[in-house]
Amino acid sequence: MMDLRELYQDIILDHGRHPRNFRAIEHPTHFAQGHNPLCGDRVTVYLTLDGDRIADVSFQGRGCAISTAAASLMTEVLKGKTVAEARALFAQFHARATGGEPGPDLPEPLAEEMDRLEPLTGVKAYPARVKCATLSWHALEAALKSPGATVKTE
Amino acid sequence: MRPASLRRVYPGPGGFDPQVLKREFPIFTNNPGLVFLDTGASAQKPRSVIDRIANYYSTDYANVHRGVYRLSARSTELFEEAREKMRAFLNAADSREIVFVRGATEGINLVAQSWGATFLKAGDEVLISELEHHSNIVPWQLLRDRIGIRLVVAPIDATGGLNLATFEGLLSPHTRLVAMTHLANATGALVPIETVTRLAHRHGAKVLIDGCQAAPRLTVDVQALDCDFYVFSGHKTYGPTGIGVLYGRYELLSEMPPWQGGGEMILNVTFEKSEFQDPPHRFEAGTPDISGAIGLGTAIDFIEELGRDNILEHEEALTGYGVDQLSRIPDLRLVEAGQRRLGILSFDLEGVHPHDLAQVLDQHQVAVRAGHHCAQPLVEKLGLAATTRASLGVYNDESDIDRLAEALEAAREMFAR
Repeated sequence: MMDLRELYQDIILDHGRHPRNFRAIEHPTHFAQGHNPLCGDRVTVYLTLDGDRIADVSFQGRGCAISTAAASLMTEVLKGKTVAEARALFAQFHARATGGEPGPDLPEPLAEEMDRLEPLTGVKAYPARVKCATLSWHALEAALKSPGATVKTE
Repeated sequence: MRPASLRRVYPGPGGFDPQVLKREFPIFTNNPGLVFLDTGASAQKPRSVIDRIANYYSTDYANVHRGVYRLSARSTELFEEAREKMRAFLNAADSREIVFVRGATEGINLVAQSWGATFLKAGDEVLISELEHHSNIVPWQLLRDRIGIRLVVAPIDATGGLNLATFEGLLSPHTRLVAMTHLANATGALVPIETVTRLAHRHGAKVLIDGCQAAPRLTVDVQALDCDFYVFSGHKTYGPTGIGVLYGRYELLSEMPPWQGGGEMILNVTFEKSEFQDPPHRFEAGTPDISGAIGLGTAIDFIEELGRDNILEHEEALTGYGVDQLSRIPDLRLVEAGQRRLGILSFDLEGVHPHDLAQVLDQHQVAVRAGHHCAQPLVEKLGLAATTRASLGVYNDESDIDRLAEALEAAREMFAR
């Protein structure tokens, strides 16, 4: 069995305890709720798009250390990115978190952001926890697709 | 049959030694060091049950109720013998009052769809409680949406137990059925079900009791309880999955129409119409889970051999020990369970999400459940999104609780601010 500290690395414990960008945006251009019916975790992701660029991104909700840290780190890496870059990051992150084929390497600045998400991909050794790490990303995608949506991790 | 030495070899509560008993459960031999505290979700299986199922398939298997040949007759006899064991287990008056179903969930759905859809009409009320798990909520919502009954929910009080006064106030001439848990799966609150039944009957309502958590822990006597329906699941009662029991008063069952059609449940079929069997076979369409019923019969033998009073004594003592040990852990809140808690310890460790907690406990080989325990409305009412739940079985002892407490301390340390 993997050492649990590989799943709960310091950066995850830190973001789990002290989530960044943990606030609502009063007039978001996009937002969506994510809900994991299995554990009752809920997250709302808020976005302000300036053209194609993410000017601001934040979240609120309740969840475990993994899902809180994942949402917190997501908001940190997404600020200032374009929508296409956000989607590329999610695709790469999702593949790594589920043990799938990660596809071609991301171009530099993005690859660096991907490195910041790497600690969260420890969930691939714990299938029941993959949803915790990806819930906020699914909510982000739902917000981009149809502003004001609710997405379930099922 | 288990050797009589299982019992009275040990001076502790219940008179049986969980350490000796653990050896009767192969899961513990094959998973050394496992601390299994999720019996409320499903119990582990004694060797006698596992062996009985294999043995039945190896020596006596054939379909039931249809073959002329001796093997089929023998199989039928074993299946009906299992029914008789269920009758004795619940102290029902007649084995025809025992319907084999897939589990408690199916039993409740059967009552809702057969008895409910036939005898209830728009405006009639089904009264449940806030302690119910989804199996005793959703079937009534489906019936409500279909025929317009009202679903009324009796609240819990500040202690987490059923508020009996409010419950009594909710009973009215419109109340046709009270459907209530005997022992709440999310919190371990024991419901004074005798009083509930007496009050319900006084108002002319029928009573269905969900015995999922109670059947493995308490003596259940449906005649003394005077209930109209009682359901339990085999797999929570040390038996196999896929089998369970619906007890129904014969006069009620005999008035109820079939809910599924097929073989086994008919007397005579033409393309114009069919005549149906009497209960219980009327409600057992298709080839039943024969090995499941026989395996459950062996599980009941196992329980009876330990003695149900002994099991209750053991569970009560261990529940008390668990409350004492967990109460010593700083920042841990035991979820309220009314006047009497039995076999289930549900708790919240401040600052640690139940999923993270269960993950750390698993690292310490302590298996618990984290989440809403299929009782989402209750957990939310208690002001939580989820809890961590340790539930006890006959194979648990104080050392399991100690290991739980140690693992909880380790989790606290890991997530300390």
